[in-house]
Parts: sequence; structure tokens; C-alpha cells
Amino acid sequence: MTVTSAQARAELGDWHRPVADKRVSAAEAIALVRDGDHIAVGGTLYSRTPMALLFELLRAGRSGLTLSRPLACHETELFLATGAAECVVASWVGIGLRWGLSPVLRHYVENGLARYDEWSHLALGLRYKAAAMGVPFLPTRTMLGSDLVARNAAQRVSCPYSGEDLLAIPALVPDVAILHVHRADIYGNVQVDGYRHMDVDMARAARRVIVSAEEIVSPAVIKATPGATMLPHFAVDAVVEVPFGAYPHECYGLYEADFAHFDDYVALLRQHGADGARRYVESNVLAHEDFAGFLDSVGGDRLRQLARSAQELTA
Amino acid sequence: MTDITPDVTPEERMAVTASRLLEDHRVVFAGVGMPLLASGLARRRQAPHLTIVLEGGIIGTQLRPGQLPISTNEMRAAYGAPMLTDITDIFLYAQRGFFDYGFLGAAQVDRYGNINTSFIGDPDAPKVRLPGSGGAADIISLCHEIFIVTSHERRRFVDRVDFVTSPGYLTGGDSRRAAGLTAGRLAAVVTDLALLDFEPQTRHMRLIALQPGVSVAAVQEATGFPLLLADTIGELPEPTHEELDLLRELSAENTAGP
Repeated sequence: MTVTSAQARAELGDWHRPVADKRVSAAEAIALVRDGDHIAVGGTLYSRTPMALLFELLRAGRSGLTLSRPLACHETELFLATGAAECVVASWVGIGLRWGLSPVLRHYVENGLARYDEWSHLALGLRYKAAAMGVPFLPTRTMLGSDLVARNAAQRVSCPYSGEDLLAIPALVPDVAILHVHRADIYGNVQVDGYRHMDVDMARAARRVIVSAEEIVSPAVIKATPGATMLPHFAVDAVVEVPFGAYPHECYGLYEADFAHFDDYVALLRQHGADGARRYVESNVLAHEDFAGFLDSVGGDRLRQLARSAQELTA
Repeated sequence: MTDITPDVTPEERMAVTASRLLEDHRVVFAGVGMPLLASGLARRRQAPHLTIVLEGGIIGTQLRPGQLPISTNEMRAAYGAPMLTDITDIFLYAQRGFFDYGFLGAAQVDRYGNINTSFIGDPDAPKVRLPGSGGAADIISLCHEIFIVTSHERRRFVDRVDFVTSPGYLTGGDSRRAAGLTAGRLAAVVTDLALLDFEPQTRHMRLIALQPGVSVAAVQEATGFPLLLADTIGELPEPTHEELDLLRELSAENTAGP
């Protein structure tokens, strides 16, 4: 069980994030995650997924995890298939319609081996936002009339002023938020380009925050464009430098998602079912000592091609 | 330009019919796939000031011909957009009432316009666990006028959905309003066979016009519940050469991507 928004607030009174060098290795950062934790995964679908940190988390062999994400993609399937996670909280699970329904999700949920706690996209966003605001719930007009309400924890309420029917969306305090960003300084002031997805609320909601960055930059670089800073140092516990740290997913303006990699992954699933995802983890995660080893196996030419494509698209 | 009528596919008829519903100077919250394609076509034709919003947090995407995004959260989806915000924020704009149109696809839709993207069979022991709502439940709840666009097949047009992921008119009549959804009107369902709306009293789906060469019987045959028929059933005009050219340019196979 995760803590309440009030408990999370109180915890920060005792939890200090000094203005100190927070750079650590991926393995050291992942030591902040315990068995049974609720992990909020930054980015969404195949965009700015903290893949290097998630691969490290798979390597660490944690169990009983819950993963939450606005739109969960292939990374979440890997956690289900290896038994690391037993619950997904999301509004959508799958790579994209081009790749069909997720056979991993189907196998685990249809056979009662894992839970998929489904919320509408906005409702999940409000769960993080309520926790980020330090309040126990937020009222909304969405999801009223949806059968999702009977299956999740949302409660119907009346507005104390107007009497209108609303839904109360409960705060979600992740134990750990794991994000990948474009740049950070050593203190954990972080910036992204392009989409922010739900990263800001997710990080402010969470009890611990781990960030990987394409690049660690000097504080002067951050200060040159303070409006682009997404999170301040006191909302971040650990910073890990990982170029191409979202691969095979995209990082806005830097590299596109590798659709051919998804095709290969889905071909494995078609051939071997959920076991295909375990084979994928064997050969892409466990076979390498670290994420750099995985990127080496992909090859520099491929990565440079994805980078060129991204630059061209966002020029 | 030749005089030969190009071969029009049913999908193209559907996209063109859907695009014609969108007026200039409005804001459309579009799903990826057919809704986005139809919105992009409208922008290139009768609605150059149509603002296309996507749930990834994009306001005003211009779309690049041959480079349509697969997801609403990738950099292709942001092409030419003057503003990117976060996901929750874009839905809060919808909740505030800024978005004129909500434009959705549907894997399974029923006579009252309810959409299921969650479960086939008993939700407690599903035969198929589908991917989930994504933003569809929010779009159908929070935009002013809702359009649904989907291929017309009996397995898609069902009497009652197994699960209401995204609420249409629920059980008909006043039930949507009674559930607390005081805003939002399901305006039309566009298919490759027909254009349909919802009869104002019962809120039951109603056939109002046919695609060229399609009969009422053919539409009924492809629908898993008895259709209401409008007093006069119109015939939708074929796509023009201009519409087809624009549509084909926009949806050309992406060859530049990874």
C-alpha cells in the first residue's frame, strides 16, 4: 500500500535533499527501490521512457512491484513477464495499434496472474496531480457514467457549493518516480524539451525521485533558460547520466523511437507468447552488464540514424 | 487532372465524410488514426483555422504529409504546433470547455453510442483484455460535440457493449445527463457505409444518410441492432478529386521514418 498525501507531506519534513552532487550509477539509484514498491514510470507510451533505469531495475530482480504510467508500453510488459510487477495502473497498455493487442497483458490479466487497474487518462493524471498538490483527492467531471468507476477507487461526490455530481479522484503517492530527461545539473535541477507528459506531477507526488539525463550540464546551462526547468533540485534524489537512455523509445528532438526494434519484439511475442518477453529480457537486459552494453549491441549507426531522423522532424 | 473518377476506397469515403463535419475556427480534440486524418484533411480544405489538439499535450499540430504519427505523444504529432503542454493539462482545457469537437474511433460501439475498449466478455473473467480507455473516456465526456468514426461491421456495432469504457448516451433518454455528464452531445457516427446520428428523445442511433451505392438493407445487415431510420435518408456525395488528392497526400505511406 502506498502512503496517503498527508503522510507524504509529513515525510518531507524529515527527508532532506541537500544541495549536493546527486550523481550516482544506475545501480546505485535503483537501490532506492524496494520489493513491493509502487513505481511511477515517466514519459508515456514510447516517449521519454526511462529505459536505462528500468533495465537496471529488471537486472536488480525486484518483485511485487506495481507500475503506473499514463500509457504503458513494452517496458511494462517486461515487468509483467519477468514477474517483477504484479499490477499495472494505467489508462492504456500496448505499444500501439500497429502492433496489435498486447499478448503479455492478455496472458497475465486474463489468467488472473496480474492486475490492470484502469483509469481514464485524465483521471490517472489527476491522481498524480492531487498527490503533487498535497491533497487527498481532486474533483472532476470526467469518467462519470463510465463502468470504470465501479472497478476502480473513484467515488461519486456532490459539490458542497452547487450540489453538482462529480467524481473524487484519489491521490496516488508513488513510492518512487523514475524519469528520463534531456539535461540536469549535478544537484538535480532538470529540464526537458518538447513534451512533459505527466512527469512533473508524478515526481512531485512521489516519495523518492530518480532521474536519468541524456546529459549532465553545468548549473550555468540550466540558469540560462530557467523557464525550461521542469523540477527543482529539492524534488530529486538521484541523477544518472545516460545518453540514449530512453532507447528504443524516443527522446524529443534527440532520437526517434526504433519501430523496427518493436517489430522484432512483437515477432518474439507472436512466436513464443509471454515467454517471448522473457527471451527479450534475457538477450537485451540480462546479457549485458549495463545499458551501454545494450546500446553497443544495437550499434552506433542505428542510433545515429534515429538521431538524424529526430533532428529533421523537429528542425 | 483527368476526367476518370479515381477508385475510391470505403476508408477514403469515411475519412472524407468525417472531415466535412468540421467547421473552420473550431478546436477539435482528435484521436490518432482516422479522426486525426479527417481533421488534417479538414484543415487542408474547408477549415484552415481548425486547431487540432492531441492528448499528448499538443495544441495546433499541422501534420506533415506522409509523416502522420502513430501515437499522440511522439515528436511527429507535434509537427508545427505552437504549444506543447502536459497530458493532464490538455484534458483540463477540455474540462474547462475549450474544445468544440471530440473525434474518436471505436472498436465496439452500441446503439446509444457507448464505446468499449476495455473487456470482451465478463470483466471479472474477460475473454479478451483490451488496451483500455486512453483519453477516449475523457474526450467523450468533456468536449462539446462528439463524432465517432469507424468501419461499419456487425462485430463493431453491437446492441450493448460488454463494458462502457467511454460513455455515450448510456441507456438512452436522459441517462447520460443523470449520470452527471451535463455537457457533450454525440453528434454523429461516420462509417464507410453511412452517416448516423442519435434520435433526440430516445438517443438511439439513427441512419440519416448513405454512402454512394449503399442500401439501407446493407447498413442494417452490418449493424448488430435494429436501426432507427430518419424520415428522409440522404445520399452522401462522393469525395471530390481535390479531397482525394489532399487525403492521399496526407496519408501517404511514411517512407522517411525509422
